[in-house]
Amino acid sequence: MVKEIERYGIPIVHMSTITTISESVGANRIVPTIAIPYPVGNPTLSENVELDLREKLVKRALTALTTEVSGVEYF
Amino acid sequence: MTYKVLYYVNQFFGQIGGEEKADIAPILKNEKIGPAMGFEQLLGGEAEVVATLICGDNYFNEHEEEALKFIIDAVSEVNPDIVVAGPAFNAGRYGMACAGVATHVFDELGIPVVTGMYKENPAVDHCKAKAIVVEVSDSAAGMRNALPVMAKITKKILKKEELGMPKEEGYFPQGKRLTVFSNERGSERAVKMLVARLKGEDFETELPMPVFDKVEPAAAIKDIKKAKIALITSGGIVPSGNPDRIQSASAQKWGKYNIKDIESLKGGYYTIHGGYDPVYANEFPDRVAPLDILKKYEKEGEIGEIFEYFYTTTGTGTSVGNSITFGVEIGKELMDAGVDGAILTST
Repeated sequence: MVKEIERYGIPIVHMSTITTISESVGANRIVPTIAIPYPVGNPTLSENVELDLREKLVKRALTALTTEVSGVEYF
Repeated sequence: MTYKVLYYVNQFFGQIGGEEKADIAPILKNEKIGPAMGFEQLLGGEAEVVATLICGDNYFNEHEEEALKFIIDAVSEVNPDIVVAGPAFNAGRYGMACAGVATHVFDELGIPVVTGMYKENPAVDHCKAKAIVVEVSDSAAGMRNALPVMAKITKKILKKEELGMPKEEGYFPQGKRLTVFSNERGSERAVKMLVARLKGEDFETELPMPVFDKVEPAAAIKDIKKAKIALITSGGIVPSGNPDRIQSASAQKWGKYNIKDIESLKGGYYTIHGGYDPVYANEFPDRVAPLDILKKYEKEGEIGEIFEYFYTTTGTGTSVGNSITFGVEIGKELMDAGVDGAILTST
């Protein structure tokens, strides 16, 4: 899906845990995430700490969207 | 002489548990468990499964280095003549684990590996050159058909018999080129192929060219504070009750939901994705699709706005064909709506 959306010229960032799969399916901008059942979370942390973690990852995603890349790049 | 086989399975086939046990670290059991039992019977007494290695799919993919250290040590200790893994069918994480085991066992210990996967499993390409990856169906319903093919190939490898061509034996081509004799000269064959092609008749290439379908990265967003950002997920996060009946695996459709008036997905959404333990996502769906943070950023002016529609589908077992269709359809909507950038989360 990531590849097809990018084909329209829309910059897209793939946030996923198994990043080798992201690369296999053609994602360019990739943000590695925490774990499979909670990519942008962590239930072992307290609520506020978990929110900070999620914010950190989203910030990386936005950085990815504003960075020119020429191929696969991790953020 | 009876050969020794070591069998690798995940937590489910290793009879430990389902998704809730996908985080277990690898263990070695000196017995046959799960598919290893049926597999041994198919070896007709010529080999025996002396041990089963079990590892949680999440553990392998999230702690690959530690998992492999244990696995390589264990295989080294057991010292089998061959390692058999899976079959993983269409399971992405299981496939990646089998591929990881296969490539490392082959590279570090020089022991041959046989595994089985569905053609669309992303892990096929990661290990087909180093292991024999038998082509199997897309679900465990195909176990009955998969094991005999894997067993037949395993016996041949153990007895150092030459394997036939991939198509005959039922495994994915490894990218090896074989010189064979032909009755006709190359020039004759080439002309025959050209004539067939010009006539629109069927012909078969002698050397399939690899297809690299990579998309040029789209230009970066110039001013994120003015940008409209869309949120998409393959984590199967849907409104409670799953009103559009999106499938839990092998999705046939995607959904789009208006998230203009909510601050987070908590409370009104849950997950129907059948490929991961849903507990954490059900408590707080934003752990899979971070709407809460995007809303916060919209309020604080860090982004221009979040697109009012949230797109969702289930990734597990969804065919490549459908995924392409979904991407094309969703992409068109985003383009028509003037979306400047998208975030897609996967589980």
